[in-house]
Amino acid sequence: MPENTALDVPFMEVNGELCKGCQLCLAVCPKSVIAISEKLNSASYHPAFYTGADCTGCGLCFYACPEPGAIRVFKP
Amino acid sequence: MARQFMKGNDAIVVGALAAGCRAYYGYPITPASEIAHAAALHFPALGGVFIQAESEVAAMNMVYGSAGMGVRTMTASSSPGFSLKQEGLSYCAGAELPCVVVNIVRGGPGLGNIAPEQADYFQITKGGGHGNYRLIALAPNGAQEMCDLTMLAFDLADKYRNPACIMADGITGQMMEVVEIPAAKAALVDHGTWAVDGTPATVGNLIASITLEPENLELHNLKLDAKYKRLEAEEVRLERYHVDDADLVVVAYGVVSRIAYSAVDRARAEGLKVGLLRPITLWPFPTKAIADLCATAASFLAVELSTGQMVEDVRLAVEGRRPVHFYGRCGGMVPGGDELLAEFRRVLGGGAR
Amino acid sequence: MKTFEKSAGFFPTFERKTGPAKDATHYCPGCGHGNVHKMIAEAMDDLGLTSRTVFVSPVGCSVFGYYYFNCGNFQAAHGRAAAVATAVKRTNPDSIVISYQGDGDLAAIGTAETIHAANRGENICVFFVNNAIYGMTGGQMAPTTMIGQRSTTTPQGRLEMMHGNPIRMCEMLATLPAPTYIERVAIGDSKHIMKARKAIRKALTVQAEGRGYSFVEIVSACPTGWKMDPVHARDWLIEEMLKVFPLGVYKDESDTRDEGSWNRRCDAFAPARVNEYLDRLKSTLGESQPVLLERDLHCKFAGFGGQGILTLGLLLSQIGMRAGQHVSWFPAYGPEMRGGTANCSVNVCSGRIGTPLVDNPNVLVVMNQPSLDAFADQVADGGVLIVDTTIVEGRPDAKRLRPVLIPATGIADEVGTAKIANVVVLGALVAATGCFPRDFCEDTLRAAIKKRSLVDMNIDAFGRGYEYVKNAK
Repeated sequence: MPENTALDVPFMEVNGELCKGCQLCLAVCPKSVIAISEKLNSASYHPAFYTGADCTGCGLCFYACPEPGAIRVFKP
Repeated sequence: MARQFMKGNDAIVVGALAAGCRAYYGYPITPASEIAHAAALHFPALGGVFIQAESEVAAMNMVYGSAGMGVRTMTASSSPGFSLKQEGLSYCAGAELPCVVVNIVRGGPGLGNIAPEQADYFQITKGGGHGNYRLIALAPNGAQEMCDLTMLAFDLADKYRNPACIMADGITGQMMEVVEIPAAKAALVDHGTWAVDGTPATVGNLIASITLEPENLELHNLKLDAKYKRLEAEEVRLERYHVDDADLVVVAYGVVSRIAYSAVDRARAEGLKVGLLRPITLWPFPTKAIADLCATAASFLAVELSTGQMVEDVRLAVEGRRPVHFYGRCGGMVPGGDELLAEFRRVLGGGAR
Repeated sequence: MKTFEKSAGFFPTFERKTGPAKDATHYCPGCGHGNVHKMIAEAMDDLGLTSRTVFVSPVGCSVFGYYYFNCGNFQAAHGRAAAVATAVKRTNPDSIVISYQGDGDLAAIGTAETIHAANRGENICVFFVNNAIYGMTGGQMAPTTMIGQRSTTTPQGRLEMMHGNPIRMCEMLATLPAPTYIERVAIGDSKHIMKARKAIRKALTVQAEGRGYSFVEIVSACPTGWKMDPVHARDWLIEEMLKVFPLGVYKDESDTRDEGSWNRRCDAFAPARVNEYLDRLKSTLGESQPVLLERDLHCKFAGFGGQGILTLGLLLSQIGMRAGQHVSWFPAYGPEMRGGTANCSVNVCSGRIGTPLVDNPNVLVVMNQPSLDAFADQVADGGVLIVDTTIVEGRPDAKRLRPVLIPATGIADEVGTAKIANVVVLGALVAATGCFPRDFCEDTLRAAIKKRSLVDMNIDAFGRGYEYVKNAK
């Protein structure tokens, strides 16, 4: 859990090592709060990351993401 | 003693029930259909599963499903149908699933005819499907053995976690004889360590024949090979009939061995020293028993309903130490006693045909 | 607090997976399989089904289902998942069985298994991932490949005239009466995805409640096979594929089928129950009553189909069996049985029977002329040849053989029906050979003939045949 996130605010997080950079989460996010890193992960993908604000915890990115463990979404 | 006069095909089902077989999957084909008819009657009546599958392929893969559950299961067919089962047999062997498959062999190749033949010997004993594997192959020669060897097939399949095949011919399937109905006996094998039966206890198990890494697939093959070597060392079964002093040892199985009993009796009555070695397990083949007879026998004669298949295994056993002759009929033609006797005389006389 | 995260329906780490990345799937970026996997794992877990679920993954990209799902797993042959799933479910009806298949597997090589599992209404869930291509083998045409779509085996695009049209499985299966629930969903936009999630949960619920067969087709992207980036692939799926594969519920009878109505049963092996059952299969003749047989019988019975030739053989066999002798009966089987000639071989011997075939009978019965022509020469010297003179015109060689001429069909007619000529012949055979005592044979007939009303007529026929031969001597 990112240190700068309070438990009373919705947020999402991406496990950058499991992300394959398909960008489907970006495509479905209604608030456009997900972005793609310029850095490569160890599997040579540019992983997605949470820009840090305005996530509503809707979970659409979780279901759009094909990887079981790449995205977690918390909704208080 | 409970007895009944029944067809060999029916006796197979009686043996299967007594062995605790719970699921039968089949597809109609002459001359094996009576097995499905009897299974359709008896399996549901005993709370078991009977499905007439959409194809031989599906039936065999259903067997794969029940076998993977750790339940005794079987299918039966005849030659063209048995060809279609090769895929599933290879998967069962690869995943080490015990099951019993019956082949009431008919005339081939192709559609052939429905008359008896033994020309599926190569397919049954040398593989048939893809990959390094063996079928345990048993060859009954009468209705009682159709029953008893089916029970044995289930035991061996369980013991070695490998498919077992009953190889019979159309005559042995269609013929009726008196069968002593055996007592049902529970299997003593624990499948819990490997089966996947849809209960929490077996969640960690996996039924699969896939091994991606070559080094691991080689290990798996070597493990199977060790099992097959154990089978060859421990499970050979055969019958000897007047072989100890025989100059000529006839090697025959299935219905041909029945014809050979009579022919050997007639030969003995004429003073000809002829004996019969009958492989009961076609695989593992009684290689050593045949090799040992090289010490006493002058020659061997393989008689088959084929153009010469088992004879190759006899030759491999004899390793050139004695002449190995062959006499075969095929296409549904079955040699008569006179015919065999003439062949015995010819071989013993060293004469040409 | 609601957390969306990896479901407990998955293994915590994918230890069965090869290679170092034990937390990631083997699927390509943007592949729809992962989404479907997540929905299934979540539904299994939420519904409390995981520990009794068996997941069947056949060949295709999803062959590695067993890497991921924390339940029982079967890997199956290409196209055979529905057959394997059928057997698993039938063998343990309390299990929850998922057949997870791709388009090549389900709609090409496994079409038969797919249709027949549906037609039997197997109480299983089939999850069909339709991505219009063979992914694992390298992007070949699938049965669901779109017209015009390029693949490695349709390099110019799929042409109707060359390759046929994409197959619509939901529509086909919905014509069958047995399936309970059939729906097509998609891994398209979020709305599609949430509908897919709901369909998968519903299918598993239908099965858990024993309401029958469910089929959920999930239209899904294969960015690698389609040579598109994942986002464009998903757009193409929505814009093009859904025209050919319309989403919706094609069949839903889940509300009208009773809970448990599609559960089958399979009892565990109970030796006592089997023994009791097998005991009922035993012969009605009771214990054998040894009767000395002075001379082994090697018989051939031949005539037209319908004359009761095979039954004649069976009746003699039963007499031999009751007398404690070794007996074999073998019919000339096959198509020739039906309406043509019929013959069977019967051996009744005091010792073990060698060949069950009778090459040189010492008893031949012929009930038509062709049989006399075909078999008379095979009879051993001095053998008995019984001829039904009502039907057979020819006469055998009386010097070499012992002919027994009897108008069996005529006598049978007097008894009541020509159909009973075979029993008249049996009486003649017993009288001519002296094999077994008359009363012993009659007692056996009484025990062997199942229809009580026919017993008297049979005894009458047997007696007349017997007397005819005795009086002729």
